[in-house]
Amino acid sequence: MAARTLTIDGRLVSARAGESILEAARDAGIHIPTLCYLDGLSEVGACRLCLVEVAGSNRLLPACLTPVSEGMEVQTATERLREHRRAIVELLFAERNHVCAVCVASGNCELQNLAIQVGMTHVRYDYLNPVCAVDISHPQFGIDHNRCVLCARCVRACDEVEGVHTWDVAGRGIHARVITDLGVPWGQAETCTSCGKCLLACPTGAIFRRGTSVAELERDPKRIAQIVAARQERW
Amino acid sequence: MSRITFATVWFGGCSGCHMSLLDLDAWLFDLASKVELVYGPLADQKTFPDGVDLTLVEGAIANEEHLALAREIRRKTRVLVALGDCAVTGNVTALRNLAGDPSGLLQQIYAERGDPTLAVPRAPGIVPRLIERVTPLHAAVPVDHFLPGCPPSAPRIRAMLEALLAGAEPSEIGRFG
Ligand code: SF4
Ligand code: SF4
Ligand code: SF4
Ligand code: FES
Repeated sequence: MAARTLTIDGRLVSARAGESILEAARDAGIHIPTLCYLDGLSEVGACRLCLVEVAGSNRLLPACLTPVSEGMEVQTATERLREHRRAIVELLFAERNHVCAVCVASGNCELQNLAIQVGMTHVRYDYLNPVCAVDISHPQFGIDHNRCVLCARCVRACDEVEGVHTWDVAGRGIHARVITDLGVPWGQAETCTSCGKCLLACPTGAIFRRGTSVAELERDPKRIAQIVAARQERW
Repeated sequence: MSRITFATVWFGGCSGCHMSLLDLDAWLFDLASKVELVYGPLADQKTFPDGVDLTLVEGAIANEEHLALAREIRRKTRVLVALGDCAVTGNVTALRNLAGDPSGLLQQIYAERGDPTLAVPRAPGIVPRLIERVTPLHAAVPVDHFLPGCPPSAPRIRAMLEALLAGAEPSEIGRFG
């Protein structure tokens, strides 16, 4: 397979043609924060946490969606990028009601981890405090829109791995919400097989198993990639 | 070595952050040798004194008294710390923002759904009026350091106090929740 040579943060890195900057960086042991990216799912570039600077481009590019090219010079952790990342995480906290103290995912939450990673000590923006629904019409699972960060990992896990596409995103901007089937309560969504892959994929406490109390939530998002890999082996 | 003046304040919070402070157990004696407690729920002092070196604030800004005292504290304090998620993010206290303007809610609780002979308590100077939206401390006044957690654990409070007492920058940010 054709190889490409590029530099990431001044380090010479070789990557396969067609690989993304994110994959090349990870192979080289360089960590770029992500939220909407999940191993095993397609990339959507929704969260913009993985933005990097590429010499010759005055736009910031999402590492998860930008393929490597020969001679590319990438910076992943400049002051400007760090400030943007912190602002993105703060905006995510400001947009919904992330009351970590009463969240099933507290202590086991990718958003909380990101806050620490990017050095967020507090949110500089006004909290929007939207009124969000909690849907527990499904017998096994629940969705708490207060915690949803619209990463669409549930949408992709359901569509690409389970293959039924129960989830989707409806609405725009701050009114956007994930929905099941055509916006019916989850318990009435006929396509849902109750497989729990969306639960595995969700980075926050938005999708939870019913009856799980605060900090009881255990989930391993790596299992999505394991399922995908296992399937490729067999087929 | 002379002791620095130290205050703690309890705004819209459950007192859990103060409980965590008390969890410092025997280290409280060390702390007492370095600071003079001049104001707070653990001290019998009615007015916030001038020239306080270090103030820890638990709780969010939820009523007019909090707001006025926060401003007074800021004027009179050198180093102001937001202690715990309520002070840092609004946390549980700010959940009431989802219900909108609190006046309607109070009317419902005290008058409509309760004893119809009762009214919303109004005693200027005694019962502070709720402000429309609960905010974190830094939305009301500038804050120097943030210690999230609900509550922050005693060892983390200690680490922050040790750094501040040594004149160093506190390093650990710590978790929310
Ligand atoms: S989803 Fe994560 S960030 Fe949001 S409230 Fe829960 S623990 Fe906090
Ligand atoms: S429910 Fe979870 S996985 Fe789905 S978009 Fe929201 S945060 Fe992402
Ligand atoms: S942060 Fe938690 S422990 Fe501290 S006052 Fe608020 S609710 Fe209580
Ligand atoms: S991880 Fe690349 S945009 Fe979200």
